[in-house]
Amino acid sequence: MRIALLFAAAFLASAVEMVEALTIVLAVGLTRGWRSTLAGAGAAAIVLAALVGALGPALTLVPIDALRLVVGGVLLAFGLQWLRKAILRAGGCLAHRDEDRIYERERERARRAADGERAGLDWYSFTIAFKGVLLEGLEVALVVVAFAADRGGSVAITAAAAGAALVLVAGAGLLVRAPLGRVPENTLKLAVGLMLTTFGTFWGGEGAGVSWPGGDAAIPVVLAVYLAVSAALVRLLRRDRLVAA
Amino acid sequence: MRRAAALARFSWELVAGDDWLVAVGVVAALCLTAAVAHDHVRAWWLMPVAVVGLLALSIRRAARRLRAPHTSRSSRSG
Repeated sequence: MRIALLFAAAFLASAVEMVEALTIVLAVGLTRGWRSTLAGAGAAAIVLAALVGALGPALTLVPIDALRLVVGGVLLAFGLQWLRKAILRAGGCLAHRDEDRIYERERERARRAADGERAGLDWYSFTIAFKGVLLEGLEVALVVVAFAADRGGSVAITAAAAGAALVLVAGAGLLVRAPLGRVPENTLKLAVGLMLTTFGTFWGGEGAGVSWPGGDAAIPVVLAVYLAVSAALVRLLRRDRLVAA
Repeated sequence: MRRAAALARFSWELVAGDDWLVAVGVVAALCLTAAVAHDHVRAWWLMPVAVVGLLALSIRRAARRLRAPHTSRSSRSG
């Protein structure tokens, strides 16, 4: 159960961020050419893999309770950010992310950008693809590393989940050669936010010295409570919006 | 020096996001839980209660800010 939830959380988090990175890579690649764009995206992927490869095993050297406390705090900070944004969007307070609009904006920027070659690469394409993939992937890389704090070290499982998401999203992008605007990003964000917040609560609590009633069985209970609270908050926001209209 | 400041700002924005109160609240809740659990008092309920409270407070603050006239929407689109 715990392993399945970890895998799902890492897979969904990676898929959402990769959909966002794909929009940027496609816009630049289709506008200015693929060689420099793919070089930039590949360089960012190497940096992220190196980060996971270096930090994952290093975490095993830290005392487990201290590690869980820090990792729980980080997961809670990330999870609550995702959850907050998804609830505000579902409640109608924030506009939904529009991949098609972002894609057109990035294409326009790429068309207008000046040509400039460095080391045989179109520098604009390289840096935009590099930054896009690195910034979207950094949070996921930290989440994957954070899961290494789990008993037995789950970094391999979560790294595999991230890899599977990469293959799926990149494959879909190659097939349609357009941003994946139909992906229900906000629902996925809500699911990821719920799972990160749940694991953050569980590990943070364990690191703080808490004994959870029922052990691992507390994880789905906490998840259900957060889901119910999130649904209630969305309903409240929608009702307030109707009253204000 | 400028790069170090930019890195510090980026790290803070990565962790704190759009509402710094949530990050500060999480740290406070973990410290409180550790203090209570240290005295061998059952403290497992503290974290979920704190998380629900922080989430509700943050949503309320954001909803008020976003509905108020002449305020910009969330700075990050991700």
